[in-house]
Amino acid sequence: MMGDRPSPPRAMSSAPTTSPSVDKVDGFSRKSVRKAKQKRSQSSSQFRSQGKPIELTPLPLLKDVPSPEQPELFLKKLQQCCTVFDFMDTLSDLKMKEYKRSTLNELVDYVTVSRGYLTEQAYPEVVKMVSHNIFRTLPPSDSNEFDPEEDEPTLEASWPHLQLVYEFFIRFLESQEFQPSIAKKYIDQKFVLQLLELFDSEDPRERDYLKTVLHRIYGKFLGLRAFIRKQINNIFLRFVYETEHFKGVAELLEILGSIINGFALPLKAEHKQFLVKVLIPLHTVRSLSLFHAQLAYCIVQFLEKDPTLTEPVIRGLLKFWPKTCSQKEVMFLGELEEILDVIEPTQFVKIQEPLFKQISRCVSSPHFQVAERALYYWNNEYIMSLIEENSSVILPIMFASLYRISKEHWNPAIVALVYNVLKAFMEMNSTLFDELTATYKSDRQREKKKEKEREDLWKKLEDLELKRGLRSDGIIPT
Amino acid sequence: MAGADGDDSLYPIAVLIDELRNEDVQLRLNSIKKLSTIALALGVERTRTELLPFLTDTIYDEDEVLLALAEQLGNFTMLVGGPEYVHCLLPPLESLATVEETVVRDKAVESLRKISQEHSPVDLEVHFEPLVKRLASGDWFTSRTSACGLFSVCYPRVSSTVKAEIRQHFRTLCSDDTPMVRRAAASKLGEFAKVLELDYVKTDIIPLFTALASDEQDSVRLLAVEACVSIATLLPQEDLETLVMPTLRQAAEDKSWRVRYMVADKFSELQKAVGPEITKNDLVPAFQNLLKDCEAEVRAAAANKVKEFCENLPEDNREQIIMTHILPCVKELVSDTNQHVKSALASVIMGLSTILGKDNTIEHLLPLFLTQLKDECPEVRLNIISNLDCVNEVIGIRQLSQSLLPAIVELAEDAKWRVRLAIIEYMPLLAGQLGVEFFDEKLNTLCMAWLIDHVYAIREAATSNLTKLVEKFGAEWAQNTIVPKVLGMANDPNYLHRMTTLFCINALSEACGQDITTKQMLPVVLKMSNDQVANVRFNVAKSLQKIGPVLDSNALQTEVKPVLEKLASDSDMDVKYFAQEAISVLALA
Repeated sequence: MMGDRPSPPRAMSSAPTTSPSVDKVDGFSRKSVRKAKQKRSQSSSQFRSQGKPIELTPLPLLKDVPSPEQPELFLKKLQQCCTVFDFMDTLSDLKMKEYKRSTLNELVDYVTVSRGYLTEQAYPEVVKMVSHNIFRTLPPSDSNEFDPEEDEPTLEASWPHLQLVYEFFIRFLESQEFQPSIAKKYIDQKFVLQLLELFDSEDPRERDYLKTVLHRIYGKFLGLRAFIRKQINNIFLRFVYETEHFKGVAELLEILGSIINGFALPLKAEHKQFLVKVLIPLHTVRSLSLFHAQLAYCIVQFLEKDPTLTEPVIRGLLKFWPKTCSQKEVMFLGELEEILDVIEPTQFVKIQEPLFKQISRCVSSPHFQVAERALYYWNNEYIMSLIEENSSVILPIMFASLYRISKEHWNPAIVALVYNVLKAFMEMNSTLFDELTATYKSDRQREKKKEKEREDLWKKLEDLELKRGLRSDGIIPT
Repeated sequence: MAGADGDDSLYPIAVLIDELRNEDVQLRLNSIKKLSTIALALGVERTRTELLPFLTDTIYDEDEVLLALAEQLGNFTMLVGGPEYVHCLLPPLESLATVEETVVRDKAVESLRKISQEHSPVDLEVHFEPLVKRLASGDWFTSRTSACGLFSVCYPRVSSTVKAEIRQHFRTLCSDDTPMVRRAAASKLGEFAKVLELDYVKTDIIPLFTALASDEQDSVRLLAVEACVSIATLLPQEDLETLVMPTLRQAAEDKSWRVRYMVADKFSELQKAVGPEITKNDLVPAFQNLLKDCEAEVRAAAANKVKEFCENLPEDNREQIIMTHILPCVKELVSDTNQHVKSALASVIMGLSTILGKDNTIEHLLPLFLTQLKDECPEVRLNIISNLDCVNEVIGIRQLSQSLLPAIVELAEDAKWRVRLAIIEYMPLLAGQLGVEFFDEKLNTLCMAWLIDHVYAIREAATSNLTKLVEKFGAEWAQNTIVPKVLGMANDPNYLHRMTTLFCINALSEACGQDITTKQMLPVVLKMSNDQVANVRFNVAKSLQKIGPVLDSNALQTEVKPVLEKLASDSDMDVKYFAQEAISVLALA
C-alpha cells in the first residue's frame, strides 16, 4: 500500500536513537497496581467545526490520463487533498475518507516515480496541501508527567491521512526534480515555525516524520538554517525556564546532533553560546531521562570539535549537578564518563579538582547505584591513566571519602569496589597513600575544629548584632 | 566604647568574605542568609565600600545562593545608610537580573521594584532609569525580560523626557525577536498601561496590545487577553468599541484553544471591564460559543463562570438573556462527554436558582440538578450536594430530597475513601436542611456505618460528624439515637471499633453534658480499662483525661482516680505514660 517509513538521516545514524533505558531499582512495579490504560487517541480542534458531510468529486487516476494532462490533474488532486476530515467521528464521511486515502497514496507513488511532474505551479499547491493537513493547534495534553515506561502516548486520530501527507512531503523534498530555489518562496520562516510547533505532538510516529522533514529542510534550504537554529533555541529555553513541557526535545536534539557534526571550525560564538546557555541548562529539566542520550551525544560532538570547551561544559554540569534525584545523578555520571573518554589531558588538568570533589561526593552517596556508577570510572583504562598521571592531586581529594566508605557503607558490593580503588591508589602512589592514611585522623580533627570555629564566629556576630540593635534602640548608651 | 570597637575589629571583612566563598554550598547559603548580620557588623560605610563591591564582583554561584542574595538585597536599604544611599544596591541586583534561572531573576526584579520606591526622584533618573535602559538593551534575552517588570515602577516619578524614553523602550521590547521577551512584555502590558497618561494609553498601548494579541505564538497572544482587562478598565466607554473590541472578539475565536481558554477564564473580569452594553451585544454570543467550544478545557473554564456571568448581567433583561441564550447551552453541558466540564458546571449551577427565582428554578433548573445528581462521576454529584444551600433558600430542599437520598447513599458507599470523606463533611449541612425526622429515617444508619469504615480517616471524620450533629439536634436526641449505638461498639471483637467508641466519647462528652457523660459513658470507659489490647487501655487513659473536666469531682475521685492509678502501674509503658499524664492533668495525684 505504501513505501517503508523513511530511514533516519544518514548523518544521524551514529546518534543514539533509542530512548535511554534507565535501570529502576524500585522493587514495587507500579504496573501491577495500575490498570492498563486504553490507548487514547485525539484529534485537533480544527476538524470538528464542519457539520455537513463532505463531498469530493472522484477524479481519474493519474496513470489513466495522457502524460501532458497529468500535471493539471496532479494539481487538482492536491487541491482535493486540502480537505480535512473529522477522525474522532469514526462513522462520518467513510467513503470520502477512503477516497482521500487512496488519492494520497497515489500522490506518494506519483512523486516517487514520475519525472517532470514538478512544474513551478505545483510548488505552492504542494505546500498548501501539506500546510492544510499538518498545521493545526495541538489539543490539550492529558498527562502532565509522561512516563515512557508507564504511559501510552496519545495517538493522533487522523493518522491514516496524516501519515500519507508526511510521506508525500518527504518524497517531494527528496525528489530529484525538487528545486529549493523555487520552493523557498513557499517553504519560508513562517512554515518552519509552524513545523517546529508540531514537534510538541504527543504521537511519536508524527514526531519521527517531523524529524526527517525538518532535517531535509535544514539540508536543502541554506537560507533557513540560522533561523531554524534560533527557533530551536527558543523552544529549548522556553522548555527549560518556562514550561518544562515539550514532547519533541529528543527529536530536535537528534537533528542538532547531526547539525553540530557539520559545524565548521573554528566554532562561531553563536554555537558556543548555544552549548553553554541552552544545552547545558537542558540538564536541569525534570524529564531529562526522555532525551538524555541525545543531549549527551550533542555535548560530546561539541567537545570533539573544540576541546577547549571542556572546562566550561564540565563546570556547567557540576553547577547543575542533581541534588536529590539519584536517577539523574547516574545519568550525569554516565555523560561525564563519555566526556572523559574524549578529554585531552591538558583539559583534564584544568578541571580535575572540582570534578573529583564531585566524584568523591558521588562515591560516598548512600544510594548504591550512584556510588557504583562513580566507582566504575576506575574500570575505564583511559580515565585510570589520567588519574594516575595526576594522582598527587586526585588522591588527597578522594582519600577521605574512600577511607570512610570502606568502613561504613551499607552495601557490601560498594565496599568491595572501594577496596579495589584504594588498592589501585596504593599501587599508584604508595608514599602519598601512607601519608594520607597516617594523617587521616588528625585531618578529621582539624576539620572538626574548623567547624567549631565557624560556629563561634557566627555566634559572636549574632551577639554583636544584638548589642548594636539594643544600642540603636537607645537601651545601651554608646 | 573602645571595647565595642575592639569587638568589631575582631571580625574583619576578610573572614566574613571567606565564609561567603566557602566550598560548601550550604555554608555559603547560610552566610548569604545572614548577610544582614554581616552588614550590621561592618557598619553602613564598609557595607557600601567593601561588601557590596565584593558581592557585585563575585556573582557566579549556585542559583540557590543567588536567590537568597537577591531576596536579601531587597531589604538592605537601612544597612547601606538609608534612602540616600539606596542606589548602591543597584549594581549587584542588576547582575542578578540578568542570570539564566527564572526564579533568581524574578526575585531580583522584585527587589529592584521594592527599592525603586526608596529612591528620590532625582536618584531614580540618575541611577535607576539608566539601569532599566541597560537591561532593556541587553544582549541576552534574560536582561530584556527583567527590564519589562521595571518600567511601570519608575514611569510615574520621572520627567517627561525620560518618560518618552521609557515608552520607547517598552515598545521595542514588545516587538522583540525572542518570544520569551515578548511574553514578558505582554504580561506587563496591563500594569504599564495603568501608570500611563490616558492619551498615551490610546496612542502607545493600543497598537502594542493589538500587535501582541495577533502574535504568531499563542503563548504571547494569551497574555494579551489578561492585559485586555486592565486596558478596557482604563478607557472611556466610547473608545472601547473601536480600540479593544476587535481584538477581544478575535481572541474569543482564536484558533488556539489556549487563547480561548484564557478568554473563558478571564470572562467575569472582561465583562466588568467592558460594561453592560457591550456585554449584551458581544459577550453573550461569545460566551455561548465558549460554552460550546470543541475543547473540553475551554468548556470547563467557561462553565465555571456561568453563575458569575449571569449574576453580572444588566438587571433589566437579565432573566431574558439567561433563559434564551445561556440556559440552552447549560442544558447541553449537563450531559457533556467530559467529566471535568460537568463537574465545573455542577459547582456553580445551583447558584443560578437565586438569580432566576422560584418558578424558573422548579421548571428549568430542577431537572438539571436531578440529572447531575445521578451523574456517573462522583465529583459531579458531590459538587451538587455541596451547594444545596443555594437551592434551599429558593425552593427548599424537599423538592430534591427524593433524588438526594439515592445520590447520598451511593456516595456514602463509594469505593474511593476521599469521596466518602467529602460526603461526610456535608452531613451536618444536609441534616440541618433536611430536618431531624428525615435524618433519623434515612441517614442515621449511614452515619453509624461510617464509624466502622475500614479507613481511619473516615472513622475519624465520622466521629467529628457526630459531634456536629449533636450540636444541631441536641443532647436528648443524642441520648436516644447515637449514644446507645456508640456504646454498643465497646463490646465489638475488633479493637479498632472499640477504640472508635472511645474517640466518639471524647468528641461527644462536652456536647452531651455532665449527666449523660457520667451516667452512660463513664461506666463504659472504665470497664474498657481491662481491655486486653494495650492501645485500647492507653486510649482509656486519654479519654478519661479528656472527659474529666465534664465530670463532677465526686466521680473523679471515687471512680476515675482508682482506674487511672491501676493503669499507671500497667505492664505496658505507653499505658503507664498516658495514665500518669491524665493523673497530673486532672490533678488527681
